[in-house]
This record gives sequence, structure tokens and C-alpha cells, in this order.
Amino acid sequence: MTPSSSQAAVASGVRATPILSTAGVRVEFAGRGRRRAVATAVDGVNLDIAPGEIVALVGESGCGKTTLARTMLGLERPTSGVVRFAGQPLSYRSRALRGYRRSVQLVLQDPTGSLNPRHTVYEAIAEGVRIHRLDNEEARVADALARCGLRPPERFFQRYPHELSGGQRQRVVIAGALVLEPSVLVADEPVASLDASVRGEILSLLLRLRDELGLAALVVTHDLGLAWNIADRLAVMYLGRIVEVGTPEQVFADPRHPYTRALMSVLPESPIEPIVLAGEPPDPTRIPPGCRFHPRCPELASGAAAGAGVAERCTSVALPVLPAAGPAQGQVSCHLAQAVSRD
Amino acid sequence: MPLLELRDLTITYRTEGGPVPAVRGVNLSLEAGQTLGLAGESGCGKSTIAASVLRLLPLSAKVTGQILFNGEDVLTMNWGRLRAVRWAGASIVFQGALHSLNPVRKIGRQIGEPILLHEPDVSKEAAGRRVTDLLRSVGLPADRADSYPHELSGGQKQRVMIAMALACSPNLIIADEPTTALDVMIQAQVLNLIGGLVADRGIGMIMISHDLSVLSATCQRLAVMYAGRIVEEGPAHQVFTDARHPYAEALAWAFPIIGDVRTRMSPRGLPGDPPDPADVPSGCSFHPRCAVARPTCSTRDMELWPAGEGRRAACVRVLPDGHGESAAGPVEQENDQPEEAVS
Repeated sequence: MTPSSSQAAVASGVRATPILSTAGVRVEFAGRGRRRAVATAVDGVNLDIAPGEIVALVGESGCGKTTLARTMLGLERPTSGVVRFAGQPLSYRSRALRGYRRSVQLVLQDPTGSLNPRHTVYEAIAEGVRIHRLDNEEARVADALARCGLRPPERFFQRYPHELSGGQRQRVVIAGALVLEPSVLVADEPVASLDASVRGEILSLLLRLRDELGLAALVVTHDLGLAWNIADRLAVMYLGRIVEVGTPEQVFADPRHPYTRALMSVLPESPIEPIVLAGEPPDPTRIPPGCRFHPRCPELASGAAAGAGVAERCTSVALPVLPAAGPAQGQVSCHLAQAVSRD
Repeated sequence: MPLLELRDLTITYRTEGGPVPAVRGVNLSLEAGQTLGLAGESGCGKSTIAASVLRLLPLSAKVTGQILFNGEDVLTMNWGRLRAVRWAGASIVFQGALHSLNPVRKIGRQIGEPILLHEPDVSKEAAGRRVTDLLRSVGLPADRADSYPHELSGGQKQRVMIAMALACSPNLIIADEPTTALDVMIQAQVLNLIGGLVADRGIGMIMISHDLSVLSATCQRLAVMYAGRIVEEGPAHQVFTDARHPYAEALAWAFPIIGDVRTRMSPRGLPGDPPDPADVPSGCSFHPRCAVARPTCSTRDMELWPAGEGRRAACVRVLPDGHGESAAGPVEQENDQPEEAVS
């Protein structure tokens, strides 16, 4: 699927069967320490990824975005809810998972940590081919390297990670994921540890792979610029829930959730007056009642929520989980935004 | 007299594989109360410069040139004077607060340590009161003095580092990537804090980062480094939005301005990798990666030429005779000029 057609699909609200989706996924971690409080890292998430679509999942550290990504990879079992791949619920039997992992591949943040320093580039990439017992090992490795811009591939076969630059290492990591011909890449902060000039190159590579191979991607990041650069859709996560979702154009032009607006306002060159939220990201063992954002919400603090007559709802009425496939104009989980749009 | 002046600063690391020049003739000056951003990618020499100002480089580094702090050369100071300048005259906020704090000592003691060492007539009680004030000025509750580093979040630890840097009221602060590992919201909090402290106390600051958008938002002037040299210098916002040197331009484009349609779905990177410091290309060291390089660029030595009001850039395109795209005319004339002495 080309970018224009996938964007058109998003815009018209007609969405293809998602390649990867979550329905009501909730992930809890057993408590440790004196309180033994259960941490709810993901608290009910519906998220669809269409074939060939790049979805950016943004939020602060501790908001549950990495846990959600790990759950979608089958590395974490949801406490409740279901992850579906091509319409089929994920099976957690080891053989089924092995097949699944060929289709949904992971790219991590730090390429130096993801590569074994004593394996050559060839061995690093061929490992997946061997595990999945595929034929034509060398041709597959060469093809994956070439696709990731390491040309001619043979020149890189016998190199070790320390002989490569940071950007080249991340290309090797992506090639290692591609060699299994997956249909989805899950990338956790794929450019956060790279140099500025290399960043654009790696993001261009992800876009090109989507165009050439129809690869879908879930990109987990706290970098809103990355979402603007490559994502078809953007989901903003706060304390285990998606609080706003839409195309980057919609969300950035008109952020409707106060949290999204605050995140955008603190970017350099932002046209919005900076709204710096005080305090740290909240504790997933103690999710506030009502709207989970209300203790930090600038709209509630300024009285804007009271003015619209929703202040009481903000502190007491829980918001429903956003549906995965909704109206094309994007969705928001906020009492105030809903009150305003009803007027 | 400038607060800090670097004159023809050259730093070469002696390694087993021969000398590696990290900084190659840098001239910079900073007035009291001014803020300067120093931008560049890993390996360009920016952190080496930061460490050289307080003579914190390893013995393998050979430093020539002058580092004038309040007119006094740091490189020729005796140990006693150097100790007095460290902390009390100038201090550094290092990147990665996680690794810079002692994990087995309480925060309060770590902040108080330089006060007790540098001001022997201050009593323990008075130092404790100053620690409380410092914690408050960086937005941390005073009882945090009794915490250990692991009890704090990343943003809080970075604030502790800033409080330590301010402990002896220096008039110069060097902040080396102070927000690299932090989330957008915490980054905004820390940058706000640094900006406010610098303005309130009238101290000079050098902030180092590879993110031009952050530097443009926090600093008055901006210097961009490539392969051990400054390639562009000028008012921060002008350099960020209208760079004269192609490398500075690429770096500015790496972090998109959200809402700028030119960067939507088209991340821009810079092909190629930064040069090996041991083997820097001849002429303009950027020419192998430069999209607008001319034949003369591979041989001619660059210097920082005037490039508009208060601006300098090391690119032949800023020369009066360098505006035309035809390279034929000026080449001979340029080659006749005496070569700049560089090593």
C-alpha cells in the first residue's frame, strides 16, 4: 500500500482489516515492596494498525507505551483483552509465537546494545534465517542489507559492529528484522540514540520500506517531531490509556486533550504559549479517579473546566476507553473537549 | 573583557594509532551574562572543549592555544588557583545525571560538599541552609536532601546536578547535553529552570547539544561544530532558521518544526557519516557529504568568513565572489590566497 492510499483510507474513515490490533488490552504487574500495590501499566487500550500504516505511540516515560508495544509483540501477556494479528487472536504456545515473531519484528533503541559485539554483520542477520529454517540464507542476508542502504552488501558481511558507525549499526538491526519478511515492525525509540544527521536517514529508511514492502510499523517514542516526520496516525498515551488519537495534521493543528496541548506547547518553536506541567509522571499503582489526568490538568486548575460545567465530572466520572476505529476526525478522551464539541 | 575566551584552541589525543585531533583551532568568546549554544554531533569535539575549560581532560590530551577565564589562562594556572576556579568560578553540568551522582551518599551531602571544600569558613549548618535554598531554587522540596539518588526520578536527578553546579555561585556554567535523556515535559521544566537561573544571576552559560531547536530556544548565540572546528556562528535563532553553512542547515532540518509542511512525511538526513577524527578530509572537512560542494572545496582551507550582521560561516558560498553557482571563475583566485596555518 502506498502512503497516499493509506492516508486516504485513514481520511475517509474506511479502514482495511487491521494487520495488528489490540482490544481492551490491560496489563498489570504484581506489586513488590511493602505496599504490594498492583501497577496497571496498560489500562484498556484499543489500537488498530492497518497494513502499510505507520502509527506513532507517544507519551512520557512510564506511561505504558513500551509495555503496550511488548504486549503487541507477544512478549507480555495481557491481563485481560486480546491482541489480534490479521484478525486472529494471538496464541501464546511457543510454536505459534515463533511463527508470529517472523511476522512482527522488533527494532530497539540502542543499536550497540542490540548487536552481539563478537558476531559479524552476516551472522547477526543470518541468525533469524537459521532459527526459522529458511532457504537461500546468503541471498536473503544480502537482500536485507541492500534494502537498508548498506551497499554493496558483501562488503559488510565480515564487518563487526565496532567497525560501523551508529547509523550503520541501526541499519544492520533493521536489516536483521527485515530478513524474515515481516509485515509489521515495532520500533521502540528507533532514533533516540542516534546522531542528528543520521536520524533523518533512518526515518527515511522506515518510510521507504513501507512504500516498497508495504510494511506497517508501530513506532514508540517520546519525540513528537518523529511522529510529524513519518507517522500516518498518532496516538498519545497517558498513564496506561490512549487519550487522543488522530492524524498528525489533526492532532498538531488542533490538539484537543489538555495533555497533548501541553506536550506540544513545550516544543521549541511552538506557536502555543508554553504550558509546563509541574511534577512527575504519575504512579501507575495509584491511578486517580475520574479523568486520570485531572491532578495535573491545566484546564481544571485554571477553572476552564468549571466554566464549562464539567469540573465535577473531571474528578469523579471515569472516561470510557477510546474505540479503535472511530470517526475520521480523531478522538479524544476528555470531559471538557466533549462538552465543548457538543456545544 | 569577555568572561571566557578560547584562542586558537587545539586539542589532540595521543592514541596507539597516532595523534587524533579532536579540536582544531577554535576561537570563541562569551561575555558575562551571555548564553552560547555549542552544537554538533558525537565526535565533533564539543564535549572535549567543555572538559578543557576546567582542565578535566585525560593526560593523553595535548592542549595548545589559550583558554582565558576572566583574562586568566586556565592552561597555565597552578593547581591551587585551578581548584579555586573549579566550582567557584565555573562549573559543569554533565550529561547522564544517573552516572554522575554517588549512589551511596545522600543528595544533601553531595550538594554541600563543594561548599564545604571551597569555602572553609562556612559552618556545616550554614552549608545545610544553603543546600536547602539550592534545592528550592531548582524546584525540589528541601526534604529531598535526605534522599539517595536512586529514590529520585531522572528529571529530579538532573535538577540535583544543576543545584550542585550552582552551589558555589560560579559565574560560568557549562551544561553538556543537560536534557538528552529526559522526556519532553521534563526537558521543558529543566530548560525553563536553567534559563531562569542564568537570567536571575547574570551568569554566563555554554550549553552543548546536538538539538539545534533546543539551543535556539534557550541561547542567544549559537556555534555549530564539525570535525573539530566551528563552521558557523551567529545569533541562535538566525542560525537555526537560516543557516549559511550546509552542515548547520542539515542539523537544523534534523529536528523538524511541527506544522511545517515541508517536513511532513519527508524526514531529512545527511548522507554519509562524520569523518574519522584521525583522518579528516582535506579542504573543507564537510565537502564529501556536502550537496552543494564545488571543486575548490576539496582543496581550499576554510576560515570563518563574515556572513551577515554578527554572523560568521566557514563556507565559500558566503564569500562575495562565491555567490554565483559557476565554480570556474573564482577558483584560481582562491587558490592564490595564502593557506591558513592548521595542523
